[in-house]
Amino acid sequence: MKLKGLGKRCKRREDLEIRFILIQNRAGKTRLAKWYMQFDDDEKQKLIEEVHAVVTVRDAKHTNFVEVLAISVADSLSVLQFRNFKIIYRRYAGLYFCICVDVNDNNLAYLEAIHNFVEVLNEYFHNVCELDLVFNFYKVYTVVDEMFLAGEIRETSQTKVLKQLLMLQSLE
Amino acid sequence: MPAVSKGDGMRGLAVFISDIRNCKSKEAEIKRINKELANIRSKFKGDKALDGYSKKKYVCKLLFIFLLGHDIDFGHMEAVNLLSSNKYTEKQIGYLFISVLVNSNSELIRLINNAIKNDLASRNPTFMCLALHCIANVGSREMGEAFAADIPRILVAGDSMDSVKQSAALCLLRLYKASPDLVPMGEWTARVVHLLNDQHMGVVTAAVSLITCLCKKNPDDFKTCVSLAVSRLSRIVSSASTDLQDYTYYFVPAPWLSVKLLRLLQCYPPPEDAAVKGRLVECLETVLNKAQEPPKSKKVQHSNAKNAILFETISLIIHYDSEPNLLVRACNQLGQFLQHRETNLRYLALESMCTLASSEFSHEAVKTHIDTVINALKTERDVSVRQRAADLLYAMCDRSNAKQIVSEMLRYLETADYAIREEIVLKVAILAEKYAVDYSWYVDTILNLIRIAGDYVSEEVWYRVLQIVTNRDDVQGYAAKTVFEALQAPACHENMVKVGGYILGEFGNLIAGDPRSSPPVQFSLLHSKFHLCSVATRALLLSTYIKFINLFPETKATIQGVLRAGSQLRNADVELQQRAVEYLTLSSVASTDVLATVLEEMPPFPERESSILAKLKRKKGPGAGSALDDGRRDPSSNDINGGMEPTPSTVSTPSPSADLLGLRAAPPPAAPPASAGAGNLLVDVFDGPAAQPSLGPTPEEAFLSPGPEDIGPPIPEADELLNKFVCKNNGVLFENQLLQIGVKSEFRQNLGRMYLFYGNKTSVQFQNFSPTVVHPGDLQTHILSGPAQPPASPRRPSSPWGSRLTQLAVQTKRVAAQVDGGAQVQQVLNIECLRDFLTPPLLSVRFRYGGAPQALTLKLPVTINKFFQPTEMAAQDFFQRWKQLSLPQQEAQKIFKANHPMDAEVTKAKLLGFGSALLDNVDPNPENFVGAGIIQTKALQVGCLLRLEPNAQAQMYRLTLRTSKEPVSRHLCELLAQQF
Repeated sequence: MKLKGLGKRCKRREDLEIRFILIQNRAGKTRLAKWYMQFDDDEKQKLIEEVHAVVTVRDAKHTNFVEVLAISVADSLSVLQFRNFKIIYRRYAGLYFCICVDVNDNNLAYLEAIHNFVEVLNEYFHNVCELDLVFNFYKVYTVVDEMFLAGEIRETSQTKVLKQLLMLQSLE
Repeated sequence: MPAVSKGDGMRGLAVFISDIRNCKSKEAEIKRINKELANIRSKFKGDKALDGYSKKKYVCKLLFIFLLGHDIDFGHMEAVNLLSSNKYTEKQIGYLFISVLVNSNSELIRLINNAIKNDLASRNPTFMCLALHCIANVGSREMGEAFAADIPRILVAGDSMDSVKQSAALCLLRLYKASPDLVPMGEWTARVVHLLNDQHMGVVTAAVSLITCLCKKNPDDFKTCVSLAVSRLSRIVSSASTDLQDYTYYFVPAPWLSVKLLRLLQCYPPPEDAAVKGRLVECLETVLNKAQEPPKSKKVQHSNAKNAILFETISLIIHYDSEPNLLVRACNQLGQFLQHRETNLRYLALESMCTLASSEFSHEAVKTHIDTVINALKTERDVSVRQRAADLLYAMCDRSNAKQIVSEMLRYLETADYAIREEIVLKVAILAEKYAVDYSWYVDTILNLIRIAGDYVSEEVWYRVLQIVTNRDDVQGYAAKTVFEALQAPACHENMVKVGGYILGEFGNLIAGDPRSSPPVQFSLLHSKFHLCSVATRALLLSTYIKFINLFPETKATIQGVLRAGSQLRNADVELQQRAVEYLTLSSVASTDVLATVLEEMPPFPERESSILAKLKRKKGPGAGSALDDGRRDPSSNDINGGMEPTPSTVSTPSPSADLLGLRAAPPPAAPPASAGAGNLLVDVFDGPAAQPSLGPTPEEAFLSPGPEDIGPPIPEADELLNKFVCKNNGVLFENQLLQIGVKSEFRQNLGRMYLFYGNKTSVQFQNFSPTVVHPGDLQTHILSGPAQPPASPRRPSSPWGSRLTQLAVQTKRVAAQVDGGAQVQQVLNIECLRDFLTPPLLSVRFRYGGAPQALTLKLPVTINKFFQPTEMAAQDFFQRWKQLSLPQQEAQKIFKANHPMDAEVTKAKLLGFGSALLDNVDPNPENFVGAGIIQTKALQVGCLLRLEPNAQAQMYRLTLRTSKEPVSRHLCELLAQQF
């Protein structure tokens, strides 16, 4: 047991730009969770709940950025009570798209990265709705991997991503 | 079910998902899932071999079940089988399952790695990308070991497809960050830099991330990327809004790539090459110019993308901090955003301006926006925006606007969110002190702070105001008057009572001439608060009362009456009772002269860094940014009060004894050491209930005949001094104007020998020089007076060898009672560790210098780790023992912030100095440190395992200790945690 823990904890120390991407609906149901850092299952659950709690209370007069002051994941070095990361989020109908990045990262670049991603999903699923993400969850991962990899932005051209996705779609 | 029609194939999956969605209750869902799990299990176990499609479908169902939050304990093998399918859709599901449910089953890892290897070699770009994505998603060390050498080759190979290059670059980035030691540097690195020139913008986008990461670790090796990045950036920035086609986003050419390039440049100082620099400055100017152009689209996406580049450009300008023109332009641009209708922009502008405020070139320009920022503090709806406004006000504050800013922050404090009140209080306290022109304003401000937000005023803040008032005689009268007035409010905060009690006790005489604040009035005002206060405050007030007896003899009868009252003399709280008893006796026994000496005004405090500032720094994490650092190079502030520097007129040179007293133990005893007992008493005023209970000498003894062996409490720095020696054995233990104490020591098994060198730094002889060692262990252990010890301690048992409680035996040799000016004497200590112990022995040094007695108590640098014997062991043994010590109480763990730069070599040296063996190749992560050793005591041996995990990015460490004895784990953990 412990040994596994050792291995897991090591990976936490990486300095990846994006720590995770979350898509949640207003009720707090997760529609996509893509983790770029190693978290334990209960840490993930806690993060999901915290993100939901901080994001859903905000309205249009608020910024799209939340610095998370104290995420109470006790056993994780990287998310101690410091302002060392923030959630960049945008709401689309009933869905919140959230990206967690380093506190020094460029807010607007990630805010638009979310939008770029959403436009790709919209194109790919022809007017995407929440159910598309539920029934095609395994394809959503493919879209994510085309656009974000290893916590970094991989490809930003919608044309290129869609072309690639259509090509993959055509494969057996 | 709209998606089903689109969901090509896997109809069974869609049906299953629908079923789950239709479940009315959690129980129904679990029932449905269990049914499905049973079905899948039987299919997997069945005799009939499953075809690829079914396998894919079932694995996908398992994945869905897992993502719903249920445990999956089978199916891994089927998923691995899918990896070797020739069909993309099957392979994809296999890889997805592996990526989401990482499993460290070594058998499977081998199979997985094998499949990845095949796909990497397949020359099929789709399969190669799947494999690369899997490595990037899992990023484990095992995968690093297997593929770190191959990926650079794929990345720079001439025939790799663009999409493969993109994935390879980021895959390599992931492996490099996880295990840099596994990625071989080589010929490929030069070619990676040239990917900045690649035709394909997607490849550049991915490559910049990799290059940025490599640059951070090896800046010199990748210097050439600067000019390439500049020219790439220049081409993007100067292109028309449609030139880049696919990479134009809402009329903004390649915004993300631009941002990444600008961040890459922030790894380096401004380019030295004039041509490159010129080109870059031109780029930066172009970006600033474009910000002024009318938008090409009304969409928020357009302005966001454009401003993402703008903010990154400003970051780079601030990073260079060398182009006044650009800095001022940046500031003006941000100034426009301060009133933008988009909350995001206002927030970012405030944040960015905070850093501009710390540049000498733009500080003045930032200041011109003060009214807007104050307005933001008052009107913004989003608390995080208000917080940025408060940060900015703090950053832009200097002498010219301090009064305005402080008063606005005070006003804001009345309505501020609870979460940020303490921080605002600290900021106000710092600004008030730093920019105080006259100290009456400072005193007013702090008293206002207490009035408005008393609950959030920490000890540091009110200690500090006492310190400053004590050190500056020009403000004492004013402080007394103001605090007297403040106390007249019907309800005042307890912190106000504390400050009032202390100041009136010291300086009440300065306002006693006014009949409105005559001594009896002062006393009754204070005493009217007494009953509402906590024990600590009441203890402080009792000390004020005894000071009043000295200051105002006319109050003596009244105060003695109060002290004599049963509620004091028989108070259930031992601290209050002791004070009442002792003060009462002191006031009746001591002559006026003695009383005046004992209760003399406090001497000035030694100057040191403001503890408030230290606290603010502690409060904020590493991301706090420069705004909070005190590093502003503000030429206008001559810093007469920056660090509370002593000015000759008001502050006397700190006496050596004052130097020993830190803020924590404030206030220092004013009394000469002859009345050390009383001195301790006053120190205890602030120590609160934690102070030693008064089981000791009777009051008479304490005041009038302090026994020679009454060892005072260790000086406040004692712990800090001790910490310096946890990982080393030799050095200077202590030094002040009079005396230097050096230490040399060696330890073997449970024995140690220590040489102490006492150097007289003055030209005058020390007399009655007597250093003694005692060990006040938790269990009331006794010192061992060795045979050579003079019979100087009649009250202590002379031979406690047999005592079962003894933890440490220390033999000392007597030293000469006189130490000539400039001379050094040596003392040898023989130490035997009998059993594990937690508190170090105390070294008490007493002597007379120029007729005045001097005394100080230090902690002897003998800590339990000195008796460590390093133990080498193999990884397997280590883990076995680690597992054996898995009871919760055997483990002690601490997560703490790095206090020193995180350098692996230094850390290694410290751990070795700590005494444990360092075990290489045990921890899978090479950044971590693992050690083992045995603590040798006469009675028993304690095996210890330790593990230190640095987190460079968060600037934190996690330290885990496991030993067979619970207190030892905790103690070692605490000792070692102080060292980093």
